Amino acid sequence: MLITRRVEFSSSHICRNPLLSDEENQRLYGPAANANGHGHNYVLEVTLAGEVDPATGMIYDLKDLKDVMMEEVVDPMDHRHLNYEVPPFDKVIPTTENLAVEIWNRLDKRFEHGPARLHTVRLFETEDTCVEYQGA
Amino acid sequence: MTVRITRNYRFVASHRLHLDHLSEEDNQNLFGKCNNPYGHGHNYVVSITIHGPIDERTGLAVAVADLDALVQREVIDRYDHRYLNFDVAEFASVPSTTENIAFAIRDHLQANWRTALGPNAPRLVDIKVQETKRNSVALSLIS
Repeated sequence: MLITRRVEFSSSHICRNPLLSDEENQRLYGPAANANGHGHNYVLEVTLAGEVDPATGMIYDLKDLKDVMMEEVVDPMDHRHLNYEVPPFDKVIPTTENLAVEIWNRLDKRFEHGPARLHTVRLFETEDTCVEYQGA
Repeated sequence: MTVRITRNYRFVASHRLHLDHLSEEDNQNLFGKCNNPYGHGHNYVVSITIHGPIDERTGLAVAVADLDALVQREVIDRYDHRYLNFDVAEFASVPSTTENIAFAIRDHLQANWRTALGPNAPRLVDIKVQETKRNSVALSLIS
C-alpha cells in the first residue's frame, strides 16, 4: 500500500550552465536563466510503500514522515536561494529534475531500515509542471 | 537517472457531440446535454507526461521550450478558441469526446515528436485531457 504526504517550500534559484553561452542558456532554460534568479512555491509529495502494521493500522506514522520531510528538505531549503545556500546546487544546476533527485537522495537514506520504503518523489515547480523520480 | 515530467497546457473550445447516423432521440440518450443543438464549451487542460534520462550537462530531461512550442503548434493553435466540429478537420465526422481528443493529440504529437525534440527526445508516455474539473481522460502510451 502507498501513503503520500505533501509539504510546501519557497525558494529562489537560477538555471544556468556557466560553460554555455548566454544564448544557449536562454534557449535551454528560458526566463529561468535570468542572471538574478527567480523563485517558486514548490510543492513536494513524498510517497512511501509498505505493509500496514496490524498493531497500529498504519504503514508509517505520518507525523514521523512529516518530520523527515521537514528536516531533510523544508528546513534547509525553505526561503533560501538554492544556488547560494543549498549544496550541491552551488555546483549542480537546480533544475526541477536535479532537485527531485537530490530530495530523493536525502530522503532515501532515512528509510533504508524500513518499515516503509521510499516509492516516489513528486515535485511541483508550478501547478503546471511536475517531476517524478522513483530512484535510479 | 530517469524522471517523469508532466506539464499542463490549456485551450478553450466549443463542441457538440452528435452522430449523424443516429436519430435525434438516440443522440440525446447517448450524449445527453452534450448533444444540445448549438454546442457548448469547455476550458480544457492537457497534461503531457514524458519519461527520460536527465542530461548531465543541462540538468534537464526535456527541452521545455521545444516541448512547449510543439504542443502550442500541434494542439493549442489547432483547438484554442475553435468550434471543434466545424473548425477542426479531425472532428468533422468523429465526435469530439474527451477520449477522441486525447487520441488526436497523441497522433499530432507523435507525428512530430522527433522532429521537434531531436534524436534524444524523451518518450511520450501519458496524455491526460481534462474537460471539466470533474471529468478527465488518461491515455497511457506504454504497456
